[in-house]
Amino acid sequence: MSQYKLIRCNINGTDVEKMVDVRASLTDMLRNEYHLTSVKKGCEVGECGACTVLIDGETFNSCIYLAVWADGKHIRTLEGLMSPDGELSDIQQAFIDETAIQCGFCSPGFMLTAVEILESGRFYGDEELRKQLSGHLCRCTGYENIFRAVKKTMYRRLGMEIDF
Amino acid sequence: MNKVGRSEVRIDAFDKATGRTRYYEDRVPPGALYARIKHAEKAHALVKSVDTAAALAIPGVLKVLTCFDVPDIPFPTAGHPWSMDPGHQDVADRHLLNRHVRYWGDDVAVVIAENEVAAMQGVRALTVEYEELPFVLDVQKAMEPGAPQLHEGVENNILKHTSSRLGDYQSAITEEGLIQVEGWYETPTVQHCHIENHGCFAYEENGRIVVVTSTQIPHIIRRVVGQALGRPWADIQIIKPYIGGGFGNKQDALYEPLCAWCCTQMNGRCVRIDCSREETFVSNRVRHAIRFHIVSWLRRDGSIAARKVELFSNQGAYASHGHSIAAKGMGSFAQHYPCSHMECDSYTVYTNRPAAGAMRGYGMPQASFADEANIDDCAAALGMDPLEFRRKNIMPQGFHDNFSGNTNYYDTYRQCMSKGAAYIDYARKRAEYAGDTGPVRRGIGVATFWYNTGVYPISLETSSNRMLLNLDGTVTFQCGETEIGQGADTAYAQMVAQAVGLKSYRDVRVVSCQDTDITPVGLGAYASRQTYMESFSIRQTADLLRQKILDYAKDLTELPPEEMDVVDGTVVRKDDGKALMDLRHLAMTAQYNPVHSEHITAESTYTIRSNAYSFGCTFAEVEVDIPLCKVTLKNIVNVHDCGNLINPALAEAQVHGGMSMAIGYGLSEQLLFDEKTGRPLNNNLLDYKLSTFMDHPHLEAQFVENPEPTSPFGTKALGEPPACSGAPAIRNAILHATGVAIDRIPINPHVLFAEFSRAGLIQDD
Amino acid sequence: MYDMKALYEAVSVEEAVALRLAHPEAQIIAGGSDVLVQMREGKRAGRELISIYGIDALRGVVLESDGTIRIGSLTSFSHITRDPLIQRYVNVLGEAVDQVGSPQIRNIGTIGGNTCNGVTSADSASTLHALEAVVELTGKNGVRRLPIHEFYLKAGVVDIRAEEGEIQTAILIPRDSYENTFGHYIKYGLRNAMEIATLGCSVNVRLSAEKRTIERCRIAYGVAGPVPMRCPTAEALANGQRPTAALAEAFSRAVLEDINPRDSWRASKAFRQHIAVEMAARCLTEAVKKAGGVME
Repeated sequence: MSQYKLIRCNINGTDVEKMVDVRASLTDMLRNEYHLTSVKKGCEVGECGACTVLIDGETFNSCIYLAVWADGKHIRTLEGLMSPDGELSDIQQAFIDETAIQCGFCSPGFMLTAVEILESGRFYGDEELRKQLSGHLCRCTGYENIFRAVKKTMYRRLGMEIDF
Repeated sequence: MNKVGRSEVRIDAFDKATGRTRYYEDRVPPGALYARIKHAEKAHALVKSVDTAAALAIPGVLKVLTCFDVPDIPFPTAGHPWSMDPGHQDVADRHLLNRHVRYWGDDVAVVIAENEVAAMQGVRALTVEYEELPFVLDVQKAMEPGAPQLHEGVENNILKHTSSRLGDYQSAITEEGLIQVEGWYETPTVQHCHIENHGCFAYEENGRIVVVTSTQIPHIIRRVVGQALGRPWADIQIIKPYIGGGFGNKQDALYEPLCAWCCTQMNGRCVRIDCSREETFVSNRVRHAIRFHIVSWLRRDGSIAARKVELFSNQGAYASHGHSIAAKGMGSFAQHYPCSHMECDSYTVYTNRPAAGAMRGYGMPQASFADEANIDDCAAALGMDPLEFRRKNIMPQGFHDNFSGNTNYYDTYRQCMSKGAAYIDYARKRAEYAGDTGPVRRGIGVATFWYNTGVYPISLETSSNRMLLNLDGTVTFQCGETEIGQGADTAYAQMVAQAVGLKSYRDVRVVSCQDTDITPVGLGAYASRQTYMESFSIRQTADLLRQKILDYAKDLTELPPEEMDVVDGTVVRKDDGKALMDLRHLAMTAQYNPVHSEHITAESTYTIRSNAYSFGCTFAEVEVDIPLCKVTLKNIVNVHDCGNLINPALAEAQVHGGMSMAIGYGLSEQLLFDEKTGRPLNNNLLDYKLSTFMDHPHLEAQFVENPEPTSPFGTKALGEPPACSGAPAIRNAILHATGVAIDRIPINPHVLFAEFSRAGLIQDD
Repeated sequence: MYDMKALYEAVSVEEAVALRLAHPEAQIIAGGSDVLVQMREGKRAGRELISIYGIDALRGVVLESDGTIRIGSLTSFSHITRDPLIQRYVNVLGEAVDQVGSPQIRNIGTIGGNTCNGVTSADSASTLHALEAVVELTGKNGVRRLPIHEFYLKAGVVDIRAEEGEIQTAILIPRDSYENTFGHYIKYGLRNAMEIATLGCSVNVRLSAEKRTIERCRIAYGVAGPVPMRCPTAEALANGQRPTAALAEAFSRAVLEDINPRDSWRASKAFRQHIAVEMAARCLTEAVKKAGGVME
């Protein structure tokens, strides 16, 4: 009585396809079918941001995104940020360097939102940056070092002097 | 070179930055059964029956277990060390599932199914018949004669009442010319909101039960699961992987006992329990809402003649950590602002709310709010600057507390206040903002807090660890004190590298995952104890390991051990520092020596019989939009003296998190209940107002590093202190801005509307 | 895993209409940020869903030949905010929907879903009311258009005829409604992100050529009653007047004649009334400024 559908998509640069239960959220599909466990579950109703992934370059809470909607989409998770030769992306390195990670549970989602920000190629002022990052809750860091990590990386990518 | 005192990168940072770190849910084996709990939809009732037929008819539902099926073994849940003295053991008032429902959200039944959807459907399909009982949510109403009784034999629902007396309060207040400052101060029920909800899974292996759980206290959980199931403790194996924050909620046995029992009821098959966010808010633990009554008697010269303090602590439905929280809060008053005559009473009272347990600060966020609000009111009554009033009355250098044995070795409070005042430009702004009269006004406020480290002498303080010299000359380190996100493992690595004499903290491999079958016994993450407590056993075990290294080196170098040392991963001659051999060479030689093979290891336990004060303060600057009833926090700084910093960057980061929690406590967070039904109203992350990225200014964390004399590394508590003084500092800044003294938190727009209306600052026709 | 009975997916409006007629009990799901949450809570558990998320034809903003701005119902909030036409002609709408939930919610949430929910707190709703937007519905009998205030019937209920297979296909903003018109939206919440409005207030004005007279003032609220609502008394008081602080004061007091907030655990009636007055004055002042006027 279960209903399945073939879902073809590109995950972290690789074309994949799988029969997926139509009742699955994208979080379910990524964690259970593709073992991408950086996608975290903190509320499952789109309020904490821990399950955030990039779909065609935009951030989504994968917990309230039906897996079937992923058909034909390009999806990126934290696992996809590291280069094939094992080098960390600049935002991952910045999270490490700025002590922006504590328990680590919100970190994957935050870094993907940071990727969306960075790949826009735009400059964001402090308030705009805070607004762009406000879809993630964190209880360990007070957001302070996460802010520094994203801001510093943005400045570096834009070739700008860092003002702190 | 020193390995401690440096801002090293966390040892788990790479894995966490790449998403490799595995939390409990990433380790659940395929095929695990889903157990979901039927929570009571009554605040107080007796379960008459549970109709399971419809649930059992759902495909995939394997079993329904109800409150009528569980063993009649009451058990405690608090994450306290075991006491051999029955009089000091925690209150055992829990069952795995409850026929007597004591709060909205209590556990009535559990549905075990092959998949998540069937389990959810099964829970919805259960019909529970209740006999409703009257309920009580308010702490003082619960103490009244005739109030609904929650637990048999607990008169007036008072779980415990303790008092302390100093001098002669009643006579002292008759002194002529005293100014009386009296207030009632109210703190809310709040929740920890770690981003990873609690969850666990259990399976049987070789006739024993293994529970993998998101907990702060694996060794204590082993004991509680054993107690709850009536099994020998050694029958239980607890594995604690990385966890996504705890803040005290996971310093309690949550669903490990129920999960383990469900596993036994399914013939040892793996069963998982995953709390939803909604369950985490209500059916885990919350912070005690405490109501305070404070009467301070002041002399015109600005000294405090006498003080009376009463605490009414809302325990909720079950004892959990019970009176320990109110007792700690009460104990702070006589030390924070010492005065000769004090009368203190604290009551911990059962009500039909979710059970309150440990939460970051353990009574001190509540006590700091009340104490520091009253202290500001005292300064105002005298016309004194609040910072000046604190300087005059706060605990002086040299103060000694006989009970804990703590001494205030330095003039910590005044040093912290001076540093904070300088950062925020207190004096200038205090004067300037006093002139604001428009609809938007600015203010600046200060608050301090009292804290101590660990639980000695109330409970046992012990730490154990094991060090293994690896063949590459690195050291594997294992202890029972847990990494829960705060960075403990990295601090251990730095201390071990320092104590053994390794080149880098990277040469220490910390086994982060605790497994009670193999990990030396430790008590876990609570009471801001771990770095301090572990520092003693690290030094002790490192001394043992180094001795074994040097003893073995004697055979190779033919030098007496006392003439050698281990420095930067090398055995050296003490005299001239000449390098004799590196530890890799020594380890390989020792291991593969055909005549005298030895795996060099050391292990020890240290009983800690000391404690350490850990103080600090917050300065907050606000802008208050009076017509809109909104407060904007413009600037905030915390200054802490937690002794020598093992890792300044991690310490700073930990302070940020505590400050954030304190901001939410002061301005926005509270769990609300429907007065008519006792139902929680906002147990989700949309309606419970945790601070977001847009609700903070820059968080400034500063330190005064006075080395703690009792610790081998000069360190002391930091985990909880940052959460303590933020809320009252904000409250006092609002008082400065508006002249309105608000005696309850969170100071959200609803509260401001009521208070500003009362004060005549806003008028509606 | 969601507890849903079945999922039907439409990739065209015709398919959606046909599915709706074939499965009258099914729930329409657009972006899902409300429907899936309710399904998780149990409220809509076990239901059939018709997903219209795949109908790309319902995405995007266009300027029609008569000057009407047409917003496809599946256009996400973030795309509305970033759209050049919106920024040029009805920036207030872009600003309003930029305050919905969080960035991720604004990427999945759609203006169609936001209005079809029928909830008074929707961030788009007060601005759409103040702009006298028109809702376009498509069913088996073709297209039906109705003013947005008629679309909202009562709390949580909108005028969509499921029996005719209707789905909402567009939100239309007529040219006269936005031309020479400037607006301001204030969302009152208890925190600055991830928030549901305690009250939402949207004001737009058209000033005379010399900017000395308010030719047209429209104000609408969310959460001031069971459905979003306009304030005719306040509007009448402002129309044709010079923009002054005294007018803003009188205008803001007058909203109390029109609004009807209730007591709930989220906020008291008295509090909502108090901030409604304050927000009306601030919105009017900002709208006048944006229109190039000066509050005298």
